[in-house]
Amino acid sequence: MDRTWNNKAWFLVLPVLVLVAFSAIIPLMTVVNYSVQDTFGNNQFFWAGLDWFDDTLHSERFWAALWRNLLFSGIILAIEIPLGIFIALNMPKRGWGVPVCLVLMALPLLIPWNVVGTIWQVFGRVDIGLLGRTLASLGIDYNYVQDPFDAWATIVVMDVWHWTSLVVLLCYAGLVSIPDAYYQAARIDGASRWSVFRFIQLPKMQRVLLIAVLLRFMDSFMIYTEPFVVTGGGPGNETTFLSIDLVKMAIGQFDVGPAAAMSLIYFLIVLLVSYVFYTVMTNVGKGAEQ
Amino acid sequence: MARIDLDHIRHSYLANPERDEDYALKEVHHTFADGGAYALLGPSGCGKTSLLNIISGLVPPTRGRVLFDGADVTDLPTENRNIAQVFQFPVIYDTMTVFDNLAFPLRNRGVDEADVKRRVNETLEIIDLANWAKKRAQGLTADQKQKISLGRGLVRQDVNAILFDEPLTVIDPHMKWVLRSQLKQLHKRFGYTMVYVTHDQTEALTFADSVVVMYEGQVVQIGTPAELFERPSHTFVGYFIGSPGMNVLPVKMQGAKAHLGPHVIELPGAPKAGSGARLELGVRPEYVRVGDEGMPIQLQAVEDIGRHRIVRGTLEGSDIAAIVPEHQELPSEPRVTFDPKGINIYADSWRQTLEA
Repeated sequence: MDRTWNNKAWFLVLPVLVLVAFSAIIPLMTVVNYSVQDTFGNNQFFWAGLDWFDDTLHSERFWAALWRNLLFSGIILAIEIPLGIFIALNMPKRGWGVPVCLVLMALPLLIPWNVVGTIWQVFGRVDIGLLGRTLASLGIDYNYVQDPFDAWATIVVMDVWHWTSLVVLLCYAGLVSIPDAYYQAARIDGASRWSVFRFIQLPKMQRVLLIAVLLRFMDSFMIYTEPFVVTGGGPGNETTFLSIDLVKMAIGQFDVGPAAAMSLIYFLIVLLVSYVFYTVMTNVGKGAEQ
Repeated sequence: MARIDLDHIRHSYLANPERDEDYALKEVHHTFADGGAYALLGPSGCGKTSLLNIISGLVPPTRGRVLFDGADVTDLPTENRNIAQVFQFPVIYDTMTVFDNLAFPLRNRGVDEADVKRRVNETLEIIDLANWAKKRAQGLTADQKQKISLGRGLVRQDVNAILFDEPLTVIDPHMKWVLRSQLKQLHKRFGYTMVYVTHDQTEALTFADSVVVMYEGQVVQIGTPAELFERPSHTFVGYFIGSPGMNVLPVKMQGAKAHLGPHVIELPGAPKAGSGARLELGVRPEYVRVGDEGMPIQLQAVEDIGRHRIVRGTLEGSDIAAIVPEHQELPSEPRVTFDPKGINIYADSWRQTLEA
């Protein structure tokens, strides 16, 4: 083996290391640093050990926000994934309808988060909003500012409107990659519409669905801007998700210690749940072997 | 099993075909006899796959009718035609086991589970995958996957016909031989009506009792391998079948004499063709004799391909190939003669019968 050992090659990855250090590692370490200290301002810090983690894990406020977040992500996935698959299945596969549908689907994705929030905030207002007034004139008592259920419904519908397209586009990409021969063979084999979905389309969409589920879970679990703009976390704390609570704590109350501890726990939860999703979905069906 | 009649089938992929060129299938009128093994042979894009898909109902023909045993099935959807079709690339249901893959067409048709089990196990024996029954289909090799595709066709023993669309394209050479002879055996054993699409002449000639040669959307000749070889009815067949293909030389006719430049070739009879037609003489390299007599050729190359050699040259400005035995000496100024029984005369590319 005539291998040339030259450690100077490491300098080639130095720029990336520096970049990642500044963009991720150093901020993360700052948070870790804050999470084990207490401060009373004036840049004076005191060692607090794991007290903040202990406090957070025993705080009702944290568990309530976490529960709301999990519920929200669950509802979002339960609606957006089936709906996205359904729309993708019914999109045209060829002809002039394809670009039209793709553009329509991509539109919501191009709108910035806070604009989406503002749109729905105005849209749902009972005094001037199209949706709010229409519902009111139909005799439905709808008010997202005061009624927790209405607030939830508004945010869920808003998120579905905003993000189902992503699932649709991913599924559509999976669907159009299926060669015609599969559908032809299915017809030869006398397969029903459901069998075609179950045994051809769904397996071929599995990989993109995994990406869709992960993206939608992480995004909805970290949702901040839209509910903040529409409900501000209210009524009461009914729509206060972890991220909103975190910002309140860190910036509103300037409790950097507890906020840092909470964000680390938050980060670990996202990581853990994503890992579970990934493992489950990549192994799905493998049990049929043997 | 069924007889399949194609009644004046024309097909175009355009919405409003007007001219002949708009048709991918110009006109096919042909009967596939019950229990026959047919090959549809032709270059890519000649319409063979379209024809196959019309038989299976995947593509509705623009004009004409399809009949199974005399019953019109033109408007019958694929799933009700009881046809098996094997595609160029293996189609398997990834998430199912090999067993379930084969059982799928039966279960879809409501066959009861005891029968499913019996027939699938029989089929697994035939395609030699019995040991793999419980494995997931996903991890198999290409030829195993193609066997599964094939098995899904064979498992329904009452199919009207089994159609193959270049099924061995993705299989490696050794397995090709094995699978092809298995297909042949299956045909002998069960008497399926089989139609086999291919652009490979070896595949067509070894598989089929009767070869249908297609060219530019029409059938140019139907015959046994020997007929296609000896009496190609179109210059395309001569060129496409055989290696190297038939020599085609422009000639002028005068009664029973063909004039090739200054040379005269005596024929057993005169062609009937009208005076305006473009006349050509076709002779396979196997019937060209090289020696000291006859018409002089300019030698271009000699290829040694093992048991014999191919001599390539030009004769009166046209390329000509001849097959000579391994040990025959080549003269320094070679001349060629044509064996009279290997000569065919073509008018506008179609073979003429010669009248004495």
